[in-house]
Amino acid sequence: MKIFNYRLVIFILSIIFGVVFSIPSFLQTETGKKISLGLDLQGGLHMLLGVKTDEAVTSKIKSIATAVKYFSDDEDILIDGLSIKSNDSVVFSVLDKDEFPKVDKMLEEIKGLDISKQELEYTLTLSAEEEIQTKDQAVSQVVETIRNRLDQFGLAEPTVVRQGETDIVVQLPGIKTAEDERAARELISKPANLELMAVDEERADQVYNMSKAQAAQYGDIILEATDNPNVKYLVKEIPILNGSQVVDAQVAFDQSNQPIINFTLNSAGARIFGDFTGKNVGKRLAVVLDGKVYSAPNIRERIGGGSGQISGGFTVIEAGNVAIALRSGALPASVELLEKRSVGPSLGADSIKASTIALVSGFLIVFIFMIIYYRRAGIIANVALITNIFIIIAIMAMFGATLTLPGMAGIVLTVGMAVDANVIIGERIRELLRQGVSIPKAIEDGYSNAMRAILDANITTLLVAVILYAYGTGPIKGFAITISIGILASMLTAILGTHGIYEALLPKISKDKNLNKWFGIK
Amino acid sequence: MEIFKGNRIYNFMGKRIPFLGFSAILVIASIVLLFTKGLNLGIDFAGGTLVQVQYEQKAPIDKIREVLSNTKYKGSSITEFGSPTEVVIRVTGVSSNLTNDIGDEMHKLLDSTGKFEIRRVDMVGAKVGGELREKGIMALSLSLIIILIYVSYRFEWRFAIASILALAHDIIIALGAISLFQVEVNLDILAAILTILGYSLNDTIIVFDRIREGIQTSKESELNEVVNESVSRTLSRTTLTSLTTFFVVATLYLFGGEIINGFAFTLLVGVVVGTYSSIFIAASFLVQLKFSIESFRAKEAEKVKRQKEKEKIRAMYEKGTV
Repeated sequence: MKIFNYRLVIFILSIIFGVVFSIPSFLQTETGKKISLGLDLQGGLHMLLGVKTDEAVTSKIKSIATAVKYFSDDEDILIDGLSIKSNDSVVFSVLDKDEFPKVDKMLEEIKGLDISKQELEYTLTLSAEEEIQTKDQAVSQVVETIRNRLDQFGLAEPTVVRQGETDIVVQLPGIKTAEDERAARELISKPANLELMAVDEERADQVYNMSKAQAAQYGDIILEATDNPNVKYLVKEIPILNGSQVVDAQVAFDQSNQPIINFTLNSAGARIFGDFTGKNVGKRLAVVLDGKVYSAPNIRERIGGGSGQISGGFTVIEAGNVAIALRSGALPASVELLEKRSVGPSLGADSIKASTIALVSGFLIVFIFMIIYYRRAGIIANVALITNIFIIIAIMAMFGATLTLPGMAGIVLTVGMAVDANVIIGERIRELLRQGVSIPKAIEDGYSNAMRAILDANITTLLVAVILYAYGTGPIKGFAITISIGILASMLTAILGTHGIYEALLPKISKDKNLNKWFGIK
Repeated sequence: MEIFKGNRIYNFMGKRIPFLGFSAILVIASIVLLFTKGLNLGIDFAGGTLVQVQYEQKAPIDKIREVLSNTKYKGSSITEFGSPTEVVIRVTGVSSNLTNDIGDEMHKLLDSTGKFEIRRVDMVGAKVGGELREKGIMALSLSLIIILIYVSYRFEWRFAIASILALAHDIIIALGAISLFQVEVNLDILAAILTILGYSLNDTIIVFDRIREGIQTSKESELNEVVNESVSRTLSRTTLTSLTTFFVVATLYLFGGEIINGFAFTLLVGVVVGTYSSIFIAASFLVQLKFSIESFRAKEAEKVKRQKEKEKIRAMYEKGTV
């Protein structure tokens, strides 16, 4: 007998590892790392969203136009025809050539611009590099914003991750009702794009007889009121301020106990707001949220301090959601739904039940079969098999991997594969025993003969699993992970572990010499 | 307990032509099915929306159809799903609007049809479906290439070609069965196909490993004989493993519920076909490809010789006698 049976020691250590680290998953205890259940098993909402990155470019162009307007007002530079052309360029003319240096200096401060000058007319577009960066930032910002909103909404463990260049995966486990789902979807999709816009008082009366094209000639756009689409406002296309300058938004109540939203601007925003209100007393300021006018109060005096309010026809819940959306910032571009999978909790529970029944009964059949066929060698193989399952669960729990329905199928399959290694070894040992080789030598040679086949077979399957992981999405990835872990674990248990057990039992087997009892052959 | 008596050698290669013929018929039939009947692409690949609804009583399919016929969903297909209380409504259109959800709309529309619960809403946009299809084909072809490289490296190129042919055989027949029974092809079916690939490869490689070993150890120089011996020797392992896997997959099929049914069905077919091919077909390709024992032995001997020479040089170097 060997003095130190390292195989058995490693096997026992791996049993302890497997059992200890899979306990939290089996008992669903509060502490310890658990395997998390996929949305198909626990119910929830999975969405793939596409960010319309072109909109981010438009909105960046819009903010550049706003900056140009503010600067030229501030410095008293006379400009004309400031407008946005085909959504990706700003055009304006400077009336006095002497002002060119001033304008050039201002434009220098805005980075990433391609500027072309023709006579008096300036055309500003984003440089190619800046455009790519703007789109990229937009996606990251959408991820950040959605994450913030969902956090504040109080959902358990939302996942928001970027996928590829323009897509975002949102996973919300634990959404129980259709109402919750709808609220979450609304919160995610709300652009929350707050704009403060000047009403064009000169032509305000003509708004009902004006077409969009006519309005555009004056640099104006026509917007509807939020509570009544028949009420229309003619406002200046270039906003005075946008939501990026909002630092806080809270729900409050006005004198008649209607919910309103108080917002606070950052210092730059506060300065612009103060200047504008100071110069335009008596005129109207439209508060526009997502392209609808909420209110258009008269400016009574200069508003310093940088706070304002949105009122008009909210319910308390709506006001709360709008405040969350404003606080977490506007979506720099709107998102579209590319893929949605929602699984109700009852379906998830049914799936768990059905697949557990399948798993347990499948295992039982294999266990019984192995014992009948191989007798004690079958029992040894079964010990390896059970350990294998514990190790899969333990490793998945450690890495926080998700167990999905195909993942469970992967475990079932691994059981088949793990048994296979033991069957190959068992058959090899039997073969050698039939040839009359002594028991210790039959075991040693049986393992070494089987090893090459098992390795080749496992490595090829592992390679396929790696490809599956690389190209798969969601559930397929889960399947690939379980198979990979299962194969590696089975090398440890079914090859190393059982070998260790045989080594430990060798004196007993050699003394017994009952081949039927130990290996199932007559 | 033993299934096959240990020392019996079966003459598989003697009957390889009839088996190859039988396989050819199956493969051709499958290809014909694929081209005529085609695959029933599910929403994962084709795009579309699926709503799974469970009623408290028997699902009133006719009533649902009637209600939906007056709406924009009139073209949707309504089928029973697993049990009489549950139905699946498939709609070809896709709503990319986040706030306007098909689940909500269905809830309102079906309100009059009885008490029900919407258990699942899956919506896959056309762009995503196309991407998934592309990735699926990519994964499948990449797997085949990697297997080709690995087996060529570990064995010999003819082994690689033979194993790929055997795999193609298994996958085509499995796809044929999927087409015949119009199983809905979704991501999980793709996973099943790739599993068959892994499983059948596993089987084939174990047989090939035995052939490789047989060539190296036995004095037999007739390839047919070596193959017969190797396949016979692995026979009890092959059937045993297939049986245990078959049991597990069969329980999955019987008790796994409707959702995993297509997956389990595909695997069942795959296990049966994979076992058949690794016993009767894979090695036949090796014989058909005119694999030569002599040159393989010569190459192996060359390898061993080179290895020995390297060791010798190393030994000399370490002793400092170079």
